Amino acid sequence: MWVTEINTIVDSVKAVAEAGAKKDTGWIMHHVLDSRTLDLPFIEIQLPQIHLFGMDLSITKHLVFMWVSLITLILFFIYISRTYKKTLIPHGVTNLSEILIIFVRDEIAKPTIGKGYEKFLPYLLTAFFFILTCNFIGLIPYGSTATSNISVTATLATISFIVIQVGGMMKNGIFGYFKGLVPHGMPIWLLPIMIPVELLGLFTKPFALAIRLFANMTAGHIVIMALLGLIFILHTYIVVPVSVSFALFIYLLEILVALLQAYIFTMLSSLFIGMAVHQDH
Amino acid sequence: MDLAHLAAGFGAALTVIGGAFGIGKLASSAMEASGRQPEAAGDIRTSMIIAAALIEGISLFALVICILLALK
Repeated sequence: MWVTEINTIVDSVKAVAEAGAKKDTGWIMHHVLDSRTLDLPFIEIQLPQIHLFGMDLSITKHLVFMWVSLITLILFFIYISRTYKKTLIPHGVTNLSEILIIFVRDEIAKPTIGKGYEKFLPYLLTAFFFILTCNFIGLIPYGSTATSNISVTATLATISFIVIQVGGMMKNGIFGYFKGLVPHGMPIWLLPIMIPVELLGLFTKPFALAIRLFANMTAGHIVIMALLGLIFILHTYIVVPVSVSFALFIYLLEILVALLQAYIFTMLSSLFIGMAVHQDH
Repeated sequence: MDLAHLAAGFGAALTVIGGAFGIGKLASSAMEASGRQPEAAGDIRTSMIIAAALIEGISLFALVICILLALK
């Protein structure tokens, strides 16, 4: 008898709750995900939409910040290489770049690839500095992390995959590379299990690289936004000291995670290259 | 009554338990090894950070799936 009225009340309460929830927390995902508008202080620029050959190639926020990090890297390293033309002894900011480049060469490339690491060093350095710059630019206010987009990290992982396979095949020959995937001296009845496992492992390792970088970057930003959003959801000022101090702590952790994820991506790429090139151990 | 949100909550909680347990065990053995041999503390610290980042990578796989569930 009263069922329809009760149902109407329940539906309206649910609708209000949903609308309220969407209004209060929708902005968290808006700040983390890609968007077609560029938010600068006091200006909001609408980015052009380009549709070519049925594909959506419009310019988005993450693309613009990828270009920003690209231009930063190009200008920075052209300047650094010019200082090396004058003298081999570094001064000033060249010291910083020398520390990072020697770190990538001596701690990442040499121990994992061993002999013949010079051929892969340009790619490893590029990956390391690109991911580092993208991660750091995302931490600046009004900046957005290009590596928090799954397309960007999937592209980086695909390029790593290509470098691993081509590097392994050029060293061991195409057939020799696939033969060397399965460890030497194994009982023959294990082969039907090992071959699919090893072939699948070729694809899951770069996939894990992409997801690890994407998830770390996105999760850090979501946690900061959620902590600061507590102030807006609870509509009080009492929670401000707690919220801001936690958000500051997570922000410092984010800086560490930015460095660490660039290092882990480069180190795992070079580890896989080493395993593909020197297949005997 | 959206079961997807409930599943996302459960998934995130279980992932955090597994990840924190693994990294805690890792950190405890790293501390013990550093105490036994303080000269190797630098190497142990580097390996510990690498292993912690890899374990965290696994727990973030599950987090991505939970976010996908919660946003459905």
